Amino acid sequence: MSTINKSAAQLIATVVGNKRVGQYHQILISVGDLVASCRPGNFVAINVGGASSRMILRRAFAISRTSTSPQFGGTIELIVAPFGAGSSWLCELPENSKVDITLPLGTAFGIPTTAVNALLIGGGYGSAPLFGLAEVLKERGCRVDMLLGASTGGKIYAPMEGKRSVNSLRILTEDGSMGETGRITVPLAQIIADSQIDVIYSCGPMAMLKAISQILDSGDVVHQCAVEEAMACGIGICMTCVLPVKDESGKIANLRSCIDGPVMDGSMIQWDLVGKPVTI
Amino acid sequence: MGFSWKTGDYLMSQLDFSTTIGTAWFPSPIFTASGCASSGKELAQFMELRDMGAVVTKSIMTKARAGRATPRMAETPSGMLNSIGLQGPGIDAFLANDIPWLVEQKARIIVSIAGETAEEFSSLARRIRGVAGISAIEVNISCPNVENRGLVFACQLESAQQVIEGVRRTIGGDLPIIAKLTPDVTDIVAIAKGVVDAGADALALINTVLGMVINPNTMRPHLGGRTGGLSGPAIRPIAVRAIYQVHEALPKIPILGMGGVTSGADAFELILAGASGISVGTASFGNPTAIMKIQNELRDILIAKGFKSMREAIGFAHRPENSVR
Repeated sequence: MSTINKSAAQLIATVVGNKRVGQYHQILISVGDLVASCRPGNFVAINVGGASSRMILRRAFAISRTSTSPQFGGTIELIVAPFGAGSSWLCELPENSKVDITLPLGTAFGIPTTAVNALLIGGGYGSAPLFGLAEVLKERGCRVDMLLGASTGGKIYAPMEGKRSVNSLRILTEDGSMGETGRITVPLAQIIADSQIDVIYSCGPMAMLKAISQILDSGDVVHQCAVEEAMACGIGICMTCVLPVKDESGKIANLRSCIDGPVMDGSMIQWDLVGKPVTI
Repeated sequence: MGFSWKTGDYLMSQLDFSTTIGTAWFPSPIFTASGCASSGKELAQFMELRDMGAVVTKSIMTKARAGRATPRMAETPSGMLNSIGLQGPGIDAFLANDIPWLVEQKARIIVSIAGETAEEFSSLARRIRGVAGISAIEVNISCPNVENRGLVFACQLESAQQVIEGVRRTIGGDLPIIAKLTPDVTDIVAIAKGVVDAGADALALINTVLGMVINPNTMRPHLGGRTGGLSGPAIRPIAVRAIYQVHEALPKIPILGMGGVTSGADAFELILAGASGISVGTASFGNPTAIMKIQNELRDILIAKGFKSMREAIGFAHRPENSVR
């Protein structure tokens, strides 16, 4: 509990790349040596709208990938959907723009010390941080299967280079416009049994994370999920992004998804209590 | 590339940047706002807590509280609504963990307390009275009184006075009492006078303004708690007005001003209205180093305007046109 990411720093950073990838934008930001502290699952918080903006709160984005190049030094990659006013502003930024960014924030996906069978599940652009995670897991000798779902094919994020970092990739869309028709929860139990899955890493809408947790309820598959809650600050001071989580002693508390998350143990989250008052 | 400020920069200039709230002295007038900095640990990774005036801790209650259901937040134009419900660890854990840590950081500490009954406020004050390292106590009476149909203490003169009298009686003259008032009243000056008569040494103005957002998709109130407190630059003119009115009526009572302060110029405006100190809340959500930025900008403005001390600027807006500094 309350594991503040001690590596976090605030800086004015340069946008070194911004290109449209399907319905999303791939944004590269030069952050220098801080990339060394960024782990799959961590997120960033960015000021949006410029100095005279009426948007006063930072926007949180998962770090999808990090790299280091002679030209830009350490860079992080964000996959951003231009749905709201803040994310749209970010997606319109030209290269060489400056952004006020805080990173790395939050918890990271736990990496197994031994080679295990991992299943990575992404909903929509929630798949973005899973490709960087896949690379880390492959280096550890894990088998990495990936399952992506979305309402429609245009919302699936699966870059070519990312596909190479997984052993298998299966895509499902609700309208059948890409891959198989249906939701990822339909083949999930079968995949777990067939591939002898030890651990599931998931990232996407809360309804999807909840559905995965319910399927896993009786088994012994570890479920590390990156949650998504509305947050005002991203650094643990506003207390808005809480989720009801049980600790080892069985006590339920409202934990901040920015400090104790975004990566949490899916079996400890009290999914049925999300959005309901908790009594302690 | 990063942000950094040298410890005690403000001590090196000619300007006397210090302030007092009752008997408590602070080297800078810029504080955190209660409920917007938890107990300081989260902001401490971005700055030294001892470099600001004081850390005002999140209002603490007797027992641990889980707070309200989510959603707890809605961004609004130049502001935000929050509905947290005073989630916190309770006084025992707070005194065991948070205060010793803040003392270790050499931060100056103002403890904010909240209660469901007047008696709860007094018993919290009793727990805090003897604790070393606390500069002042903020009594957050902008919360519901369960013994009076859930009406907010600070909305009713009698309830407000009852709380402050009880706290005053409990702590004697040991600590300055800052009464935190809500702007959601018809006559804030009457409430201010009432709590000062009841024993408050200072006033904190203003708490959030009650608001609501309805979600056009669900067509229902967006927040789990339905209503929420509006904060941020959107409420700054309300804060300036409240501080101005109260300072005019009670010029000798120090005011801890707050409400949408995001820049040194904003802090200066509240000081001109009559604030002796400034709490920075929502601005820290958008910028974790906002407090240091505001502190530096305010110092520069005071020097540029020819003030020799921050205290000379307090309530300056009330003086006649041709008055000198």
